[in-house]
Amino acid sequence: MSAANTSKIEAYRNSFLKEVEANVEEGEWVKMCMQCGVCSGSCPLGPHWAHPPQEIFMMIRAGKREEVLTSDSMWMCTSCYNCIVRCPRGLPITHIMHGLANYANRLGLVPKNQPTHKFAKIFWDNITKNGRANELKMGLSLYFKDGFGQGIKNAMANQKLGMAMMKTKRMNPSELWGGHGIKDKSGLNAILKKAREIEDAKMKK
Amino acid sequence: MAKKEYSFYPGCSSQTGASASNMQVSVDSMCETLDIKLNQIPDWNCCGASIGYGEGGELPRMALSARNLALSEQHNAGQDVVATCAACWLATRETRDRLLEDEELMKETNEALSAAGLKVEANQKIRHMVEVLIEDFGYDELGSHVKKPLEGIKIAGYVGCQTNRPFGIDGESYENPMYLDKLVDTLGGESLPKYEKKVQCCGGALMFSEPEKSQDMVKGIIEAAYDHGADMIVTPCPLCQMNVEVYQDNINAKHGTKFNMPVVYYSQLMSVAYGKNEKDSALDGQIIKATKLEELAKK
Repeated sequence: MSAANTSKIEAYRNSFLKEVEANVEEGEWVKMCMQCGVCSGSCPLGPHWAHPPQEIFMMIRAGKREEVLTSDSMWMCTSCYNCIVRCPRGLPITHIMHGLANYANRLGLVPKNQPTHKFAKIFWDNITKNGRANELKMGLSLYFKDGFGQGIKNAMANQKLGMAMMKTKRMNPSELWGGHGIKDKSGLNAILKKAREIEDAKMKK
Repeated sequence: MAKKEYSFYPGCSSQTGASASNMQVSVDSMCETLDIKLNQIPDWNCCGASIGYGEGGELPRMALSARNLALSEQHNAGQDVVATCAACWLATRETRDRLLEDEELMKETNEALSAAGLKVEANQKIRHMVEVLIEDFGYDELGSHVKKPLEGIKIAGYVGCQTNRPFGIDGESYENPMYLDKLVDTLGGESLPKYEKKVQCCGGALMFSEPEKSQDMVKGIIEAAYDHGADMIVTPCPLCQMNVEVYQDNINAKHGTKFNMPVVYYSQLMSVAYGKNEKDSALDGQIIKATKLEELAKK
């Protein structure tokens, strides 16, 4: 168990709701949910959530800390924003799900090999390295995320698509050696480092 | 001097050799006809898109868009920021809105930006290119430049998610936005306003991590277009375009379907209708050829 997780359990011993309100992006909205279920019914991947949003909200209030934070439900969010525009109480549900996923990640509670969690890490590392996305490297990292053997299989299976993307000039093999990026990489990294420091300091409170 | 000028945030996928480079080519062609000048934000960075939350968290994610806004304020002062990518527009506009309504977040964001000597006020409007077309030009003016009407071409308007929610285009509904249909009609094409999958999710970024679940949704989007007799699908979103166009082979292999449905950008339709050739309209960027547009562009 991570140290951050242990300290949060100590600090919010009896109220997971308070923990969410204080630590999760837009978490202060959770208590406003009236359990109508429109969010769950509107979610394009609804059937694939072990606990759809409506259920997550009630579980937070019922103190089901471990069940919520170790669930892979939030990682099913496609960011379609259907739930946000349909919620009769105007809860920013998409953002709360993103916030819960990020909080679980920071505490080290995400289920092992959760594919969207893995992709999120690949994506963030990719875009912050040069300041812009390197689509080719991102694609290759994805192919190889489950090991070398699987990576080769994935690459072979998608060979035709890769060729078509290159033929239409929508993928460039030279991106492997550098590729697009911003000039002020050190400035961007300094900004992100500072932002992370500010967030970490709040997390420790 | 150009008729209209904007501070432009193109986004990663629009770059040369990237997955939506064909959108950028056709946007440039469309803007040339409409006399729009796009002043690129110097040294812009990635917005974090819709998957940045997992690893990035709130403040680092806001800082990404805030850096772009700060650079825009510095170099393109007083100009509205315009984005062509749905995720870029959404992330940038969300950041601006939240900075303006949350003093603490504004303070923290500026503290982070100061590490690179930047400062943000978030005082510029953040707009989608479609808003610019509808609000600053209007259908009548957009139609006045048509040289080759898209006669007899049936086009399903696929709006997708993030150009439509949570912000959307003023005056349009979240459940049944009509602007792509109106645009198709304006260009002389045949719109399919009853196309019921126009705001169905394509899986977004989860196409990469949950391909089977996402491709099942894309299957529905394409099937409905065939049901309505569409010759092609049109979309404003780079990720929708890619997700709906390029995996049709995979879906065919899995489901025994025979999908071969072209998926184009609104800017490609406009470019062809405005009399531009295949290359300027970026029709060479189609993996599934938009034959009817090619024929028209050649005429």
